[in-house]
Amino acid sequence: MTKYIIRRLLMAIPVIFLMILATFVLVQAMPGGPFDAVGQRSMPEHIRILLEKRYGLDKPLYEQFFSYLGNLLQGDFGPMLRMPSQTVNDIVAQTFPVSIQLGLMSVAVGFIIGIPLGIIAALNHNTAVDYITTFLAVVSVSIPTLVLGPLLIYTFGVKYDLLPIAFWGADPPFTLGFLPPLTKKFFLHATMPVFSMGTGMAAGITRLTRAGLLDVLSADYVRTARAKGLRERVVIVRHALKNSLIPVATIIGPLLAGAVTGSFITEQIFALNGMGRRFVASIGQREYFLQTSLVLIYGLLLIFGNIFVDVLYAWLDPRIRYD
Amino acid sequence: MSDKKPLLRLENLTKHFPITKGVIVQKQVGAVQAVDNISFEIYRGETLGLVGESGCGKSTTGRAILQLHEPTSGKVFYDGVDLTEASNAEMREMRRNIQIIFQDPYASLNPRMTVGSIIAEPLEIHNIGTAAERQERVKELLELVSLNPFFINRYPHEFSGGQRQRIGVARALALQPDFIVCDEPISALDVSIQAQVVNLLEELQDEFGLTYLFIAHDLSMVRHISDRVAVMYLGKIVELAPRDAVYENPLHPYTQALLSAVPVPDPVVERKRKRVILEGDVPSPSNPPSGCRFHTRCPIAEDICSQEPPIWREAEEEHWVACHLVK
Amino acid sequence: MTTDKKIEKKNNRIGESRSPLQDAMREFRRNKIAVGGMIFVIFVIFVAVFAPVFSPYDFAQQNLRNNRAKPMEGYDITESYAAEKCHWYDTPMEWGCTTFIAGSDALGRDLWSRIIYGTRISLSIALAASSVSLVIGLIYGTVSGYAGGNVDNLMMRLVDFLYGIPLLPIIILMTVYFNAVSRQGSDSPIVTALIKLDNSAGGLLFVFIAIGALNWLGMARLARGQVLSYKEKEFVEAARALGAGNGHVIFKHLIPNVLGPLLIAESMAIPGYIFLEAALSFIGLGVSPPTPSWGAMINEGYSGLRSNPHLVMFPGIALSTLTLAFNFMGDGLRDAFDTRLRGRN
Ligand SMILES: Nc1ncnc2c1ncn2[C@@H]1O[C@H](COP(=O)(O)OP(=O)(O)O)[C@@H](O)[C@H]1O
Ligand code: SF4
Ligand SMILES: [Mg+2]
Repeated sequence: MTKYIIRRLLMAIPVIFLMILATFVLVQAMPGGPFDAVGQRSMPEHIRILLEKRYGLDKPLYEQFFSYLGNLLQGDFGPMLRMPSQTVNDIVAQTFPVSIQLGLMSVAVGFIIGIPLGIIAALNHNTAVDYITTFLAVVSVSIPTLVLGPLLIYTFGVKYDLLPIAFWGADPPFTLGFLPPLTKKFFLHATMPVFSMGTGMAAGITRLTRAGLLDVLSADYVRTARAKGLRERVVIVRHALKNSLIPVATIIGPLLAGAVTGSFITEQIFALNGMGRRFVASIGQREYFLQTSLVLIYGLLLIFGNIFVDVLYAWLDPRIRYD
Repeated sequence: MSDKKPLLRLENLTKHFPITKGVIVQKQVGAVQAVDNISFEIYRGETLGLVGESGCGKSTTGRAILQLHEPTSGKVFYDGVDLTEASNAEMREMRRNIQIIFQDPYASLNPRMTVGSIIAEPLEIHNIGTAAERQERVKELLELVSLNPFFINRYPHEFSGGQRQRIGVARALALQPDFIVCDEPISALDVSIQAQVVNLLEELQDEFGLTYLFIAHDLSMVRHISDRVAVMYLGKIVELAPRDAVYENPLHPYTQALLSAVPVPDPVVERKRKRVILEGDVPSPSNPPSGCRFHTRCPIAEDICSQEPPIWREAEEEHWVACHLVK
Repeated sequence: MTTDKKIEKKNNRIGESRSPLQDAMREFRRNKIAVGGMIFVIFVIFVAVFAPVFSPYDFAQQNLRNNRAKPMEGYDITESYAAEKCHWYDTPMEWGCTTFIAGSDALGRDLWSRIIYGTRISLSIALAASSVSLVIGLIYGTVSGYAGGNVDNLMMRLVDFLYGIPLLPIIILMTVYFNAVSRQGSDSPIVTALIKLDNSAGGLLFVFIAIGALNWLGMARLARGQVLSYKEKEFVEAARALGAGNGHVIFKHLIPNVLGPLLIAESMAIPGYIFLEAALSFIGLGVSPPTPSWGAMINEGYSGLRSNPHLVMFPGIALSTLTLAFNFMGDGLRDAFDTRLRGRN
């Protein structure tokens, strides 16, 4: 297994390299530059030339790319071009933990709500409970964060004034880099963003768990276990559940990807200082290093996420062996 | 029945499926030796039964004859023409003469096509006749295989296994071939239906002078229909003889073992006869045993068996066998 | 009696014949919720096609005096009629009254008309993105699976590669690039042609391409898997034995069988396409104003959520209802067709 993980990581290197290259070329190819006039404030020509020299933007593209790559290897994401007081590392340090907390908590909410509901629906197959659960699940996958977020804000933030409507309840640095403080403020602030992302996920997981469990419950070995007189609960826990979770594990990959997409919108709606909002805010600007670095970080998250899913798979399904 | 003129001749036919490995570009790391260096002839008008356990390479042999699998080496002569050397256009013409019927009556018919278009497909491929003429021909063919021509616009899933197999036969007959590979055509059918299909095939043989290679995994299935029988083990033909010689005087230990597994209807004989039970599993064709491939399970194997492959020779008249210990 | 005999007997009795497709349709029709979803989708298509008939006003007509009207509120635009005299069911042109069924936005544009025209955007995304990803995925997957060997291996490694990178942010950057280039103008004839095409698509061309590009990967994998399993099927070998060439096998045997599962997968993917367009428009990358996209409308109304929630809620309801209908329809199609189209009864 360790060997497998190492091989996967090695295989990821060319992927990451090509991804950085493509992004770097793309952002640099955009018309205009980082020091173009913004509204009325234009920059004197000689200062612009000086600045470009300072950040190496006057050099040929390949030289810039390799020096950026060299810096990356030393853990330096590069400068912020229009915000000289900060570096990309500063921005990442501020925003990355927020996005990670948001994403992980949403996925957790998805599983905590989705799996029990899926089990309940499957155990009550073809009863009112099943129909209502499935129906509600389809309804909630049909309400995107883009709609649910404002709805929650209006209901709980504006109308009943129960929850704060914007900002994250804590600022980095966090314990271990991402562990949130267990304060009331943090949870109050997190509730709406996390739920507006998590309910859709929960609905998807409910549907998958239900389908997976129904499949397994009709399989022969579960019927045998029942025939042997094992109690219903034992049958479910010992035999069926683990197997029915295998299809659920497949969704973690898309979920992680969805957490990225979702975070673009959620962070925007709740004005959270996360990577997604930073990325969206930067698209009108020419922050070459910020944009490339954020794409790189998303890529790393995706790659580690996929490896994690594969390992989880092997753990859930002993028939799967990686050599 | 057979006039001893070979219609089909296999010379050292070999088919190895490569086993590959690799992330970007695949390297060959081994081979499944599905069919290894087999030679035999099929006479015009006869039925040759080909028998062996599942996975021993029977279907691969049949498909290699039809060039559905390109043979790794060896030659296939049909009526004197080497099919392995034929150009695409030549092969296309040859295909009018050589046809195949498959084992699985479900997988062998496209579920999205009507019976009519399935049976007309060969005519379309070879641009035979107008649409109306084809329709007529399809109806004729349906009658020939004892199906109601009225079924022409139905879909395969509406038919029983036996009926589907008849549709497959009609499709194979559409081009009026001389030679048909019947790849376990009855193995998937109910016992009661098996006889019907075998009878149909025999009637068609008489009517059109067809030649069959009839594949089965069990000696009892081919006894009735075959003129001669070949027995296959792990990619090799181990014995080939006229039917009665095989059933009454089997020479190869493997054939003897297969026959002893078939119950004899006479209880006295059944009680007295010696049963040979094969031990162990069939070895993997990707790593076959050295020498005689059967030596890992052979009840009478000797030292030489694991060292040298036995020679394929005519031990008695018309009775071929590959075993060191057969005199 | 054996099952074979039973089938034969039944067969001889029943006069008419049903294809697997007809079988599945019958099953689908029995699923009331799915049929409801489909009817709603058809209705929305109808509304989109006849949007000018259904919308009381020009969706782009600004009227700053009447901005941020509440739903059902009547406004006087000619000043000679008092506002109270007007009702939402009055025909505006005739009476000189105007009623904003769903209120009006910050620029005084009628929200109802904009929502109606918004159906065009969501539906064209659903259509364009699913066709783009279907066509690319089908061709790519079929070629890969059919060719097999090293070609297949290489083609699938490319898909794995694209799966392994975060396409969304990259595609956002590409959209930005394209928009920037098209603002600036270009002397390359290809880019100019693209810009023209984009304008005629309401600024959505790149969103179409982006969403299609994000989603063909899954379709290609699905198509390849299907082709791999079908090309080993005996009916394909039978066709080859009959002398069929590659073209015949691909178009007569493989594609008809592969298309069904792919269409089902597409119908299940449509809600995702609609969401993605809304999300891109929400962050300002979709349609060019004043073309009304529901995502863009939510974005525009969002800053005034506190006092004018309807500016967000109505487009949100529209978005969710259409998605819900597609979800019900897609689930029903999957349930009815998935097993049936695999050729067993
Ligand atoms: N297309 C193929 N690729 C790789 N191996 C194959 C292929 N077809 C058959 N084999 C292998 O070749 C051997 C012989 O198969 P087959 O001819 O189908 O046996 P039979 O028809 O006697 O049951 C088996 O081990 C099988 O796994
Ligand atoms: S050659 Fe040897 S091992 Fe092979 S069948 Fe004859 S006796 Fe048995
Ligand atoms: Mg076989």
